[in-house]
Amino acid sequence: MKSKRFEALAARPVNQDGYVQEWPEVGLIAMNSPFDPKPSIKIENGRIVEMDGKARADFDMLDTFIADHAIRLGNAEKAMAMDSLDIARKIVDINVSRDEILDITLSVTPAKLTEIVGKLTIVEIMMGMTKMRARLMPANQCHVTNVKDNPVQIAADAAEAAVRGFAEMETTVGIARYAPFNAMALFVGAQAGRPGIMTQCALEEATELQLGMRGFTTYAETISVYGTEPVFMDGDDTPYSKAFLASCYASRGLKMRFTSGTGSEVQMGYAEGKSMLYLEARCLAVTKGAGVQGTQNGSVSCVGVPAGVPGGIRAIAAENLIAMLLDLESTTSNDQTFTHSDLRRVARSVPQLFSGTDYICSGYSATPNYDNMFAGSNWDADDYDDWNIIQRDMRIDGGLQPVKEEDVIKARNKAARALQGMFRELGLPPITDEEVEAATYARGSEDMPNRNVNEDLKAIEAMMARKVTGVDFVKALDKAGFPDVAQNIYNMLRQKVAGDYLHTASIFDKDFHVYSGVNAPNDYHGPMTGYQLSEERWEQIKNIPNAIRPEDI
Amino acid sequence: MNFDEKMLRSVIEEVLKEMGSASTAPAAKAAPAASTLSAGEMSLTDSGEAAKGVAPDEVVIGLAPAFGVYQHETIIHQPHSKVLREIIAGIEEEGMKWRLIRVYRTSDVSFIAHDAAEYSGSGIGIGIQSKGTTVIHQKDLPPLSNLELFSQAPLIEMDTFRQIGKNAAKYAKGEAPTPVTVRNDQMARPTYQAIAALLHIKETEHCDRDKKPQAVTVSFK
Repeated sequence: MKSKRFEALAARPVNQDGYVQEWPEVGLIAMNSPFDPKPSIKIENGRIVEMDGKARADFDMLDTFIADHAIRLGNAEKAMAMDSLDIARKIVDINVSRDEILDITLSVTPAKLTEIVGKLTIVEIMMGMTKMRARLMPANQCHVTNVKDNPVQIAADAAEAAVRGFAEMETTVGIARYAPFNAMALFVGAQAGRPGIMTQCALEEATELQLGMRGFTTYAETISVYGTEPVFMDGDDTPYSKAFLASCYASRGLKMRFTSGTGSEVQMGYAEGKSMLYLEARCLAVTKGAGVQGTQNGSVSCVGVPAGVPGGIRAIAAENLIAMLLDLESTTSNDQTFTHSDLRRVARSVPQLFSGTDYICSGYSATPNYDNMFAGSNWDADDYDDWNIIQRDMRIDGGLQPVKEEDVIKARNKAARALQGMFRELGLPPITDEEVEAATYARGSEDMPNRNVNEDLKAIEAMMARKVTGVDFVKALDKAGFPDVAQNIYNMLRQKVAGDYLHTASIFDKDFHVYSGVNAPNDYHGPMTGYQLSEERWEQIKNIPNAIRPEDI
Repeated sequence: MNFDEKMLRSVIEEVLKEMGSASTAPAAKAAPAASTLSAGEMSLTDSGEAAKGVAPDEVVIGLAPAFGVYQHETIIHQPHSKVLREIIAGIEEEGMKWRLIRVYRTSDVSFIAHDAAEYSGSGIGIGIQSKGTTVIHQKDLPPLSNLELFSQAPLIEMDTFRQIGKNAAKYAKGEAPTPVTVRNDQMARPTYQAIAALLHIKETEHCDRDKKPQAVTVSFK
């Protein structure tokens, strides 16, 4: 006989997820592996000669890079001598300031950072996040993609996402050669929706840099670093080449962050028997050492790996906290799908959403998941109202706000028309009125007519060959009768010259003012300090259109 | 899904057994047969270092280190022999030739595909991992870019493999085919990612950084 209760449980979404048991010898363990190195440091003549149990002669290229560039030597011996438990307790002690914590954590090794966060419960990790994130106010980022790479839909989806509150937007491609259209559509759609939103297109690194330099994008995020040497080498890379790439972006005034996450090394078969969290601590030290302002981490596209082993979701929150302990902008994943279970996916986002991070999702799918070309996000367009109501329930700022249908339709239509006009002026394959109409009211690409893909791809090749840049978008939009969108694009391009948004954890408001960890630092030190919802912002969050007003009864 | 180390071990043992019996089969002519490993429906034999092709009408298929030798099916249990047959059939339907190489230096599918493209006389290559992840590549592109990428192995069915072969052949002919429709299922990761990690670890164990791509002969049974 079979138990009917067990039969019902077996059919639950949570039991469609894949789980594996720990296998520490190959690194299939989230944190606290018996094979993780013990923290240590020895400094001679201003140079680290031993780190985490390894002598300099035995360093691999990551160790060398970290020892030479990532650790502040002045306070290192003192900080390393402190008990990790004492440091962990300071992190949750409201009487110890963020700056005092940074004095310690910027002076310690990856193994020490791993040991410190290993002492914290998930609630203590959340307290740490509340205090340690760089920027005062949290924000959110979204994905804008679709399975057809339809640029009109991208523009409309971006405009809607802008109205809904996202501060950054990211696109990518199904077909790599579509990238320039996707990047242009995202840029125009975002600026038509709300001035000052940063946009990027996730691609192969050389192409991504080229699009940034030509003014198709305003920041970059998918510059991956890894925690072991063989995985770096698999990508023909080193920490030094990544640092060089970072400086290429800086030299052109483009914001950028590295990306890394637990599980990538074991996913790629080279974890060297270390825990996922320890290897991620090494990635974050490499990021710091390269002088990069921030990171997208939190397992990201490898989330199925830590989520499949015990304690994996806690490890993901812990890796976000390590990023903050290194004073990096924390862009905390909550993006890729990892579960069939609605309960699990909410629980996974609680630490970052309730504590607030620089970018809670990276990103939230601004389309239904069937159109998400990052293989699905933990949150999608069909969850907008859930997100808004969770903000209202908990009185938190998750970066979004309720919107009116007519405002969204208006924004989508304007973005689609602006792109239509820009395509016309640039001599690109026409966007029909039918496409504009479809994009205005679409839920996803199933509602969009098909474009002639081959004609688009040919036009893209020709456009790239004739060296079209962001300045041409400005001219075309102005000529097409969208001077305000043209002005917004121009203002974003101008930011690259000013460079203020290169500071840690930057966002723009609609007037192009930068808020970052420098001019709007997180000063949390206990109840009623740090970021507090303003009356105006709370009104915005709490007023969902479907709440009954007592005076109407 | 039942998938553990024990099962993997038994699969590997089975293969090793078959290796033993394969050695009694007639040896491949002339070539210094490095290893002959049969896999039920197909046997793949390394036949020395691969040569860079000059024939403009060929597409080179690059196999990941464990493909068809230590692993025999994709993540959704599509037999490697059938997968390879479909890709080859797709290429032949377009009137083009094909050649197999095995890449040992890496298990990264983008680099495998790029190596295949560099060895291909037409400059077009296909790279395929044991779990089924596939890339169509061109030698002039950066390694981590591609012509077409099929990143979600659990969604690649037999007809897609044939289409991949056809499109690769069309690129080799200088045509601009409509890319094979990319499928997307956000629930592939929750079900398969941890298992994909296991499969990839098992693939990567057979990498040899110092070994150049090897020519491979195939016989289907």
